[in-house]
Amino acid sequence: MRQFRALPAIAVLALLAACSTSGSSSPSDTAQSAAPSGSEVAAACQPDSLETKTAGRLTIATDNPAYSPYWEPPAEGDPTEGWDLGDPYSKRGFESAVAWAIAGELGFADDDVDFIAVPFDTSFAPGEKAFDFYLAQVSYTPERAQQVDMSEGYYYSNQALVANAGTPITDVTSMADLASYKLGAQVGTTAYQYITDVIQPDQEAAVYNSNDAAIEALNGGQIDGIVVDLPTAYFITAVQMDNGVVVGQFPPSEEQGQEYFSLVLEKDSPLTDCVNQAITSLRDSGQLDDITQEWMSENTDVPVLE
Amino acid sequence: MFEEAPRNSGAIPPPRASQGPRIGAGARSLLIAATSTVVFFAAVALVVGNSPGWEDFRRSFFDWAIFSASAEDILPKFWVNVRLFLIAEALILVLGLVLAVMRSLPGPVLFPVRLLATIYVDLFRAVPGILVIFMLGLGVPALRLPGVPNDPFFWGVVVLTLLYSAYVSEVYRAGIESVHPSQAAAARSLGMSQAQALRYVVLPQAVRRVIPPLLNDFIGLQKDTVLVSFIGVVDIFRQSQIEQYASFNFTPYLVTALVFLALTIPLARFTDWMVARERNRRGSSVARRGSRRGRIFGIRA
Repeated sequence: MRQFRALPAIAVLALLAACSTSGSSSPSDTAQSAAPSGSEVAAACQPDSLETKTAGRLTIATDNPAYSPYWEPPAEGDPTEGWDLGDPYSKRGFESAVAWAIAGELGFADDDVDFIAVPFDTSFAPGEKAFDFYLAQVSYTPERAQQVDMSEGYYYSNQALVANAGTPITDVTSMADLASYKLGAQVGTTAYQYITDVIQPDQEAAVYNSNDAAIEALNGGQIDGIVVDLPTAYFITAVQMDNGVVVGQFPPSEEQGQEYFSLVLEKDSPLTDCVNQAITSLRDSGQLDDITQEWMSENTDVPVLE
Repeated sequence: MFEEAPRNSGAIPPPRASQGPRIGAGARSLLIAATSTVVFFAAVALVVGNSPGWEDFRRSFFDWAIFSASAEDILPKFWVNVRLFLIAEALILVLGLVLAVMRSLPGPVLFPVRLLATIYVDLFRAVPGILVIFMLGLGVPALRLPGVPNDPFFWGVVVLTLLYSAYVSEVYRAGIESVHPSQAAAARSLGMSQAQALRYVVLPQAVRRVIPPLLNDFIGLQKDTVLVSFIGVVDIFRQSQIEQYASFNFTPYLVTALVFLALTIPLARFTDWMVARERNRRGSSVARRGSRRGRIFGIRA
């Protein structure tokens, strides 16, 4: 649950499978020439030759607090000092698992990986970055990619509609039915863009700093529904809301095409190629699918609101 | 540095007393101000422009294409902020004055009134605005009390009025206390009641004196209207943020900054002018020498 989300395909799992072969907006050419053997990537991408922020070590950043299902606390015991909700060092949670898998793919030992907390705004601020790469459900867009390097996608997801059970909005069956409802979303998300560009309700969308605030507004009757990515929809209805339901999921926007989460790297980072190779390799080997299935509860029963 | 100081100061004649042509002194100070301004900004431009990250900085904060594209979406949202601060300011000026008068009331019987006003002012000056806006703007509607509005704009006005009336009441109170007690005593001796003395003698003088600081708070209020974005309203700041996240570029905030500048600079100069006028009216001889014709940016005009 965070800033930027992927809009998405109808059946996410099916899509992920499709992506390993090509994926229209997820070019996987970069790694083709590298011909990864087993789970290794090109020799130029080994820890000794990579120009990481700290020589021989990989510094990965995400937002703090880091939310489930992307970042989970340790199965038992206290989280690492400084991480309150999700703890990257636990290796639990979807993005945590992806980050560790990429680090492993690049050849970094567990002891050579550091995590730092970086607010979303800072992740794309100009100048030198404190991290080698940043991942916090940042959706790829061409505009964003002009300011920073954005990796190949590691996750594809639909936007979904969340509401309180028993409210009139839960009866909608199509996108057109939503015209008269007041919708809300978190600022900076492609969910908000999806409301304004695709759903286009009669009333202006409400925008909040966090999904927590949006839920509070939903409970106060200030908005009728919240648009978030599907995994977050599952999470907030299960954990954060007393009475929440996932009303439906939305098809990908036609204009923007398939959306996906990317890693954020410094503009023209020497690591970008290697990271892309690592992601492609993880996808080809099926590891990315395994991680996705382990952490992202996918449920194709949720009706599609077209 | 210290050794050179005497040599440098030798180049400039010591400040003269009031003899000598006034126009010459004015022209000299203008010239010195102009030269030092040019040198200062040239140095800053040189240092910043040649910094290794200047291109990155420029791309992130001064991207003309993003500026013009986002301005189109951002500017209409300013109307939200304008409505907010105009409505709120009207309420603040009234509530602030009421609070200030409550705190200034004499006598042991009225102690509870003073106590309440004091608690109010202490509370709303200390509590972070974000907490108040969340608690009232999101929390109160979630109580689902019948008849209580849940419009975030309404709660934005309420919260700004609560927060700023606390500051403004202190400004009024400073004004009331700056009126010499002999004024009220004289009014009472003329047969006015306590209330009449306050209304016709003390308050008119007090309010006139505090207009500049009131304008100062008004400028603060204008910028704090962005608090309303925390409870869902898309105002100028939120729209800038939306543009920022869409482009990963900070230029959209520049649009917002220029809008606020265009509003606050005229207000600030107007405040300066009022200060100068007030100073002249009160006839301080020291002030009169410097500001007979007013000062702009501290330079004689």
